[in-house]
Amino acid sequence: MIKARIAVPKSASQGETIEIKTLVSHPMESGFRLDHSGEVIPRNIIERFELSYLGKLRFTTKFGPGIAANPYLSFMLEVTESGIIEFAWYEQNGDVTRESREIVVQ
Amino acid sequence: MILRVAGLFWLLLSPAYGETQTTLGIEFQSADIQVMQRDDFQNPGMLYVDQGEALARERKGKSNKACLDCHQDFSGVATEFPKRNPRTNQLLTLTSQIAECRNEHQNAEPLGYETEHMQSLTAFVAFQSRGKPFAATLEHEALQRGRDYFYKRKGQLNLACVHCHEYNSGKQLRGDIISEGVSTGYPVYRLEWQALGSLQRRFRACDIGVRAEPETIGGQVYTELELYLRSRAGQLSITAPGVRR
Repeated sequence: MIKARIAVPKSASQGETIEIKTLVSHPMESGFRLDHSGEVIPRNIIERFELSYLGKLRFTTKFGPGIAANPYLSFMLEVTESGIIEFAWYEQNGDVTRESREIVVQ
Repeated sequence: MILRVAGLFWLLLSPAYGETQTTLGIEFQSADIQVMQRDDFQNPGMLYVDQGEALARERKGKSNKACLDCHQDFSGVATEFPKRNPRTNQLLTLTSQIAECRNEHQNAEPLGYETEHMQSLTAFVAFQSRGKPFAATLEHEALQRGRDYFYKRKGQLNLACVHCHEYNSGKQLRGDIISEGVSTGYPVYRLEWQALGSLQRRFRACDIGVRAEPETIGGQVYTELELYLRSRAGQLSITAPGVRR
């Protein structure tokens, strides 16, 4: 289960470009490592991240096995009106972790 | 004779336990890692602090008590460790004390020293002492033994801690710059480990690095070394959770 830390400004002015930061806990096991008995540790990664704002998909990214544990993302979003920003992390095992934050645009 | 007199002078002039070091471990890291540690948002150690808080709220064990049922506030607590447990008279690190508390007051199943949950709890407690200077009781005998370990040559490379962390600090050791061995940032999130780890795990890594037989994590030898490192750090404040390469 992913635990997420999300930083979104509480308010912004119209047309402003805000920075959104996320940090999630995840082992991001590459599938190339061996355990103490020589067995391959199965791959276990986040595959995709999606961000929706006002119900529309605005940002998405793919994750590969070369990304370190506990991945950190930072990106910009132009905001036009108050609404909900939704975050979703899709894991390879089918689990989806969703979070949302509200932003007030003056 | 001259040597003896000089030796006597050296003894009189030098502080009781060698010099105190003044540079934080983070200062020896690259600029991007320094940014990562200083921004609480980017610092992966904060994920563990959050987890530690959740664990401290959880009711556990036969007594069905949570850490926060007894302790309202951990502010300043981490500055006092390693500390002698008055009941068992054992010198304990913060992590060992949490283990002790779990056993004695919660009656819960034990957690290994280096497990994620144990280090999360440690980070949660240590974080609340951030900005506060060390205040451990510097017992003479334990400190002396810790200091002896620091100066003792070990392993196939025949190096003591002092050779790198005092005589050669600030110089390059392959990709790293050697720190002064100031322990204020622990537990740290080490990128290489991709996890939060204790100071004793760092000792172990150093011992393996000089190809010596490592000591037990949580054992007396490393705990006394931890006490000695605290004395070397003088009045520097706690910066946990730190980030290292």
